[in-house]
Amino acid sequence: MVQLRLPENSRINRNGKVHKAPDGTTNVRTFKVYRYDPDSGENPRVDTFEVDMDSCGPMVLDALIKIKNELDPSLTFRRSCREGICGSCAMNIEGMNTLACTKSCSDVKGDVKIYPLPHMPVVKDLVPDLTQFYAQYAAVKPWLQSRTPAPPDHERLQEPEEQEKIDRPSACILCACCSTSCPSYWWNGDRYLGPAALLAAYRWIIDSRDDATGERLDALEDPFRLYRCHTIMNCTEACPKDLNPAKAIAGIKRMMAEREHA
Amino acid sequence: MSLRSPLSKILGRGSAKQGVSHWWVQRVTAIALIPLTLWFAYQLIHLPLADYDAVRRWVATGLNPAWLLIFIGAVAWHSSLGVQVVIEDYVPHKGAKVVALLTSTFLHVVLAVVSSYAVLYIVITNFCGGIIPVGFLYLH
Repeated sequence: MVQLRLPENSRINRNGKVHKAPDGTTNVRTFKVYRYDPDSGENPRVDTFEVDMDSCGPMVLDALIKIKNELDPSLTFRRSCREGICGSCAMNIEGMNTLACTKSCSDVKGDVKIYPLPHMPVVKDLVPDLTQFYAQYAAVKPWLQSRTPAPPDHERLQEPEEQEKIDRPSACILCACCSTSCPSYWWNGDRYLGPAALLAAYRWIIDSRDDATGERLDALEDPFRLYRCHTIMNCTEACPKDLNPAKAIAGIKRMMAEREHA
Repeated sequence: MSLRSPLSKILGRGSAKQGVSHWWVQRVTAIALIPLTLWFAYQLIHLPLADYDAVRRWVATGLNPAWLLIFIGAVAWHSSLGVQVVIEDYVPHKGAKVVALLTSTFLHVVLAVVSSYAVLYIVITNFCGGIIPVGFLYLH
């Protein structure tokens, strides 16, 4: 059967280190952060950090940076743009996959619990190994495939309506919040491509300038690659960019059905 | 530890070039089962279930056996496809998965055939005015 418990060496020790706020601080928020150091040989643990919010920015990422700067420099996480466009700081905050940089601490009630993206191998602390995720993106050939020569004097043109169709799907930042929130991806991530890759596939399937629609559908027509999607819709719920991977996957399934049955 | 590239692992043996029919049939049978289940439930509510002969007569009446056979077929097909997906989702071990899939399909076929046979048996015995044809004798 499917493995319901974490392997022995991945089980979390809830009694991690506690970093108390200095005396005299009044506006204190508690952050419970998943820690894992592969070199220590120890199981993962949850550390507690009390942060003085009077000298901290509003977002969860601000708090993580403050913790790293002032409380524990060994805390490891990815971050770059701090404005929700690079997708680096995707993590599980309060049980939801989201971007730490756009998640406000004030939106969280009580202690702020921070874990890495679910069901991914952990490199260190909040850094998951996304190798498989990126390979899945590459597998859908996310680039224009056209046998029509480009016009010599201008770009390949689109009607505004044709552009609108790919406008939202193109806004995906590949943060992996959707794929790692999907139970189907948890159980069969080695064979199911996952919502992010399928959203990218959809974006090129419906691109009016692309000539490889048939080949793209052929490549996806598989009980696992595409049809492991059971319309659970955690992907759409999780997407920090308000995109709709579930709808895109439904669109691909519809096109598959139409080409065979309509 | 394999040194195969991540892309090669994901591309694996390529697409199986199927899955549409599974998806399509599961939805078609689901839609067909809405009126069929309502019909079946309505009939059951209005049947004196304690009365063996009345139920036998109902099975053999008019188009009832035809609807019953369609209902049995749709339920078995829909359930078989559904259970297949559950097994594929939750049984990662290849050998166990194949055994479970074959067992599930076999049980669904047995269920459908035996149920259909029961309906036909009632129809034929009823048609023969209660006299059981020779072929059915060994059941008694």
